[in-house]
Amino acid sequence: MNLILVSILTLVVIGALSAIILFFVSKKFHVFEDPRIDEVEAALPAANCGGCGFPGCRGFANACVKADTLDGLLCPVGGTETMEKVAEILGKTVVAAVPTVAVVRCGGTCDNRPRKNTYDGVSHCFIAHNLYSGETGCSWGCLGLGDCELSCKFDAIHVNPVTLIPEVDEDKCTSCGACVKACPKMLIELRKKGPKSRRIYVRCMSQDKGAIAKKACDVGCIGCSKCLNVCPHGAITITNNLAFIHDDKCKLCRKCVEVCPTNSIIELNFPPRKVKEEQVLTPKVE
Amino acid sequence: MKTFRIGGIHPAENKFSAGKKIIKANLPKQVAIPLAHYIGAPSLPIVAKGEFVKVGQLIGKANGFISANVHSSVSGKVNKIDVQLDATGYKRAAVFVEVNGDEWVETIDRSPEVKRECNLTKEEIIKKIAEAGIVGLGGATFPTHVKLSPPPGKKADVLIINAVECESYLTCDHQLMMEKGEEIMIGISILMKALDVKRAIVGIENNKKDAIALFHKLAKDFAGVEVMALKVQYPQGGEKQLIDATIGRQVPSGALPIEVGAVVQNVGTTYAVYEAVQKNKPLFERVITITGKSSKNPGNYLVRLGTMLSEVVDQAGGVPADTGKIVGGGPMMGRSLMTLDVPMAKGSAGVLFMQDTESVRNKTQNCIRCSKCVNVCPMGLEPYLLMNQSEREMWPEMEKDRVMDCIECGSCSYTCPSNRALLDYIRFGKSTVGGIIRSRQIKK
Repeated sequence: MNLILVSILTLVVIGALSAIILFFVSKKFHVFEDPRIDEVEAALPAANCGGCGFPGCRGFANACVKADTLDGLLCPVGGTETMEKVAEILGKTVVAAVPTVAVVRCGGTCDNRPRKNTYDGVSHCFIAHNLYSGETGCSWGCLGLGDCELSCKFDAIHVNPVTLIPEVDEDKCTSCGACVKACPKMLIELRKKGPKSRRIYVRCMSQDKGAIAKKACDVGCIGCSKCLNVCPHGAITITNNLAFIHDDKCKLCRKCVEVCPTNSIIELNFPPRKVKEEQVLTPKVE
Repeated sequence: MKTFRIGGIHPAENKFSAGKKIIKANLPKQVAIPLAHYIGAPSLPIVAKGEFVKVGQLIGKANGFISANVHSSVSGKVNKIDVQLDATGYKRAAVFVEVNGDEWVETIDRSPEVKRECNLTKEEIIKKIAEAGIVGLGGATFPTHVKLSPPPGKKADVLIINAVECESYLTCDHQLMMEKGEEIMIGISILMKALDVKRAIVGIENNKKDAIALFHKLAKDFAGVEVMALKVQYPQGGEKQLIDATIGRQVPSGALPIEVGAVVQNVGTTYAVYEAVQKNKPLFERVITITGKSSKNPGNYLVRLGTMLSEVVDQAGGVPADTGKIVGGGPMMGRSLMTLDVPMAKGSAGVLFMQDTESVRNKTQNCIRCSKCVNVCPMGLEPYLLMNQSEREMWPEMEKDRVMDCIECGSCSYTCPSNRALLDYIRFGKSTVGGIIRSRQIKK
């Protein structure tokens, strides 16, 4: 009886001592965390994609709380809606962000860009890129092995099995930038989504001289400068035989699209153009 | 019989072109002499369009410390200086010359007599080697004059000649040894003088018994030169493996052979050194092997730099009908060629036609942790682990696990029973980690 009592008492005393020590330690080493971080985190999409540039949604919440202003902080997945919620929680203001979307700058489909050899190695773009220039005559273009597709957490980019070029689903794309980092040829760019989702871009990244680029791909940019010359807004620059349309200057007038001799400039989500009725000259019958 | 102690495999030798006398390839109509090298900065062209150049004339100057001179391999008019597709499918700078006759620069001694005496000083020898644009002909094309100039504080005490030719199918070095043995010996004594060493070892694998016998005989007249027969094992031709096999020293991880007092030179490079120092002939041609199981005339060809491989292959009987892949180099470390319309460069050692049945890739399966790859890795690495890390982009871990020590020999991929592409992933990891290390050094 005594033994049992002594045992129970000893354990109770140890328990009580531990509780007291833990109580004081927890008070002394308490880490203060702003409760707003939890609130902000709850308002975020919880995708933990890193598109904001911070380590996960908690990292972004932390940054938002600690920052003086919300300028420069954007959750691309949640977009303006989420940023407005965050601003409300923190009592700050936020400027509506310009929506952006991923764009694949390669038009080298199987039809446009003939395959010269067959690659039978590991089916990953970064491995193939490390080994050689690719299956076609264009060493800058898409390898078609789908690293971008694998990197996307939002099911927004898929390699078309017929053309072997990735296609972006603009409704699902959150502009997180994962595919941009995944592409070893750096073909994917985040561009302004544009009013009514309309945008214009050059679907080529080839810096080869015009003749070589054209030989490898029908829709390659040959650096002829016709687009640069026709653009009324000075939105196009040409560097290393390649045209680039600056989306902060582009007003979507489509003059460059009409004039490009290789059809290398793409216009997305525009209505079809009205075809001018051609005047048919009938020969006079004598 | 000696060999290296860690790892190694024994692929089938398939030396179909052994014993075939070196044939001088026909002069092509046009050459595209590459200005870029596998290692180091591309050379700067010093000739202009329309200029007439002679064989052996300097057309590209070394650009920086790790770079080499480039000389014209033909005589004729410079058509243009433009980009040319190389074996990896990228376009690199090259000098295009339209061949006209075969006029050589007057300073080159074309007489067939073997010149034995060399009275130049060490510095003069290294200068001549640098001017002649000699690079390692074992494949890495490292500038020879840089290798012969160890950094201050480091001294070599032995020169090792790599006459191993451990890659299957290739026989160019072997044939060169049989036909130009004495010249190679003189080249060795010149290199010994350049390095100021008293001892040289010629490592030859035991499958080349005629070369071993010939060199034993020749070495009697050359003080300090020793011929060592080595047990056949791949990759004995790797510098660090050869040093371990011949003198039992192991180069520390991340260090160069000079750390253990050894300098290794390929036997083809040694012959080029003889020609440069004794005959004033710069490097503009080399022997390559054209071979394959279905090849009609497998053989060894002396080809001028910049000749399209398609032209040489036509001379050697053309591409066999059942070819699945064409490999530039040997089957282990060579790369599949996308086209034969690429110029022969200083580092090309051969063209191999693999039959379509041989070229099939088997299905990749999961790693079964059998550790065969660990057993065969000659650098003592863990390929299965490095591949896993590469798949998960774990770069700091790869660096710690010594991925930069990998010599890319391919033994791991060769052995894997699950057909895993070990080397492809390790190569990718190596290039990424290499980039990280370089950017770290730039920041400093």
